[in-house]
Amino acid sequence: MVLVVVVLPILWTVLLSFRRARLVDIPHMGLFGDWSLANFAGVFSSSDFWTSLWTTLLYTVGGTAGSLVLGLVAALALRRPFRGRGLLRGAMLLPYVAPVVAVTFVWQIALSPQFGIVNEWGATLLGWDDPIAFLSTRDWEVSVWGLHFDVPLALLTVIAFETWRYFPFAFLFLLARLQAVPTVLEEAALVDGATPTQRFRHVLLPQLMPVIALLCVLRFLMTFTKFDDVYLLTGGGSGTDVVAVRVYDFLTARFDVGGAAAQALVLAAVLTALLGVCSGLFAGKVREES
Amino acid sequence: MRPSRAQAEERLFGVLRWVVTVLLALVTVLPFCYMLLLSVKSIDALLLEPGRLWVSAREFTLATYQQVLRPASEGGQGFLRMLVNSGLVSLGTVALTLLAAIPGAYAVTRLRFFGSRQVSALFLAVYLFPATLLAVPLFVMFAKLGLQGSLGGLALVYVAQTVPVAVYMLRNYFVTVPATLEEAAALDGCTRLQTVRKVVLPLAVPSLTATGLYVFMIAWNEFLFALLFLAARPERWTVSLGLQQLAGGVEVPKTVLMAGSVVLTVPVVLLFFAAERLLTEGLTAGADKS
Repeated sequence: MVLVVVVLPILWTVLLSFRRARLVDIPHMGLFGDWSLANFAGVFSSSDFWTSLWTTLLYTVGGTAGSLVLGLVAALALRRPFRGRGLLRGAMLLPYVAPVVAVTFVWQIALSPQFGIVNEWGATLLGWDDPIAFLSTRDWEVSVWGLHFDVPLALLTVIAFETWRYFPFAFLFLLARLQAVPTVLEEAALVDGATPTQRFRHVLLPQLMPVIALLCVLRFLMTFTKFDDVYLLTGGGSGTDVVAVRVYDFLTARFDVGGAAAQALVLAAVLTALLGVCSGLFAGKVREES
Repeated sequence: MRPSRAQAEERLFGVLRWVVTVLLALVTVLPFCYMLLLSVKSIDALLLEPGRLWVSAREFTLATYQQVLRPASEGGQGFLRMLVNSGLVSLGTVALTLLAAIPGAYAVTRLRFFGSRQVSALFLAVYLFPATLLAVPLFVMFAKLGLQGSLGGLALVYVAQTVPVAVYMLRNYFVTVPATLEEAAALDGCTRLQTVRKVVLPLAVPSLTATGLYVFMIAWNEFLFALLFLAARPERWTVSLGLQQLAGGVEVPKTVLMAGSVVLTVPVVLLFFAAERLLTEGLTAGADKS
């Protein structure tokens, strides 16, 4: 079952990526024949692809780091029991369990320059001069102390969305792990006069490290090939053209199956290479510690 | 100086904890309130005063829901039909996934066979292969097999995607069932199959529920494959897809869009709150042991 729906398609992707295949040709094509590297040549020589890969990397690193940090902060804040904690914990998982399509629309509307609540409040409370089009501004000029920066606003907004949507995932796992840390450890540190930051740094963090590493890898994996979030929020425009969205465009707008397959494959290869480097680093670190 | 620093930190973090808790609660819950609020407003009221966070009795309307739920033949958006589609696909996915995952997880935990240790790693490795990589060949394959536009085909893809995580979750639970219990049943003359059915499964009901729910959520919220396979067949659309198509189609008031979002979100959120404890425990089982 998994073999049919997962393994076979992957093999077929590999085959297709070496072919000059358009959707209309597929029914007449045999499984093998007329191999070419044209798709890969096309992918590697296209500067759009490299920008897109870079965007994907920024998006992934930003989204992973953001959701982990926020998740950790949330887990630390909700660690001790208080009245209504159960309810709050449930509420905090909402962004994760709610359907993507619904939450992206809420974000779109809330951030809309015409009738979005964020711009409206920004104008009345913070005195913004012009409404900000969060999701369709590629470079937003900011000047701080006379220095001008271009901020990739749409990309940052998408990263913020990613952070918001997936911090509950990290929060859930970190909270479970935090509650399993023996209280004796912290009490001992307290007796020794450790301040809260020291207790966190030297007692809690080492305990959490394995879970954090696991979450890092998981989130990185899932964000790197994420399609729906970006597609639904910006459609891949304004500097948020991640590779997954590009693959979709090739497939449905240009009907270029070979090109889409080649890009998906390169994406997977980059991901595997990055993970290989990561796990190599982690393995080295674990060996050092033990 | 040390004690005073500890005290200062203690106080600072005491305050910070509440600030963070309140902020997080706002950030997670507000978007959903906003969604609900806009869905019962008339579009004029929204355009007139976008920043207002309440709805007066005069503006209150349920016409948006009427429009969303009414069948297409009566000028509505036919979401009732889509709810049925989504429900069918999701329930089918849950049933098939559990059917495949229960024996799989049991085999991985109890039976010793060649490579049984590697199997769980193998299952997680499925996530290395991005959905985008699968999307290309599955898209082509389904077009070829004539499964395009069939809900059964879609469910099949979901099953393949959720079986690994289901096996993983169930395995974490099966591990905690003492083997002596099964040995006792075997002594009483139960066959292996009877043991599983009469001893292991009744014990695993909480875990089964959690896994089933998680799978249901994934299937209900899924968007990419629904878009690829069903886009051409409006009568087969799932709610996620229908909502997205609604947004991309002809001018539809944003408030109607929000009503659709509420319709899409409510079933999942209700289910989630009904079984929140089970689900969070099922997901994080094993995370608290490092």
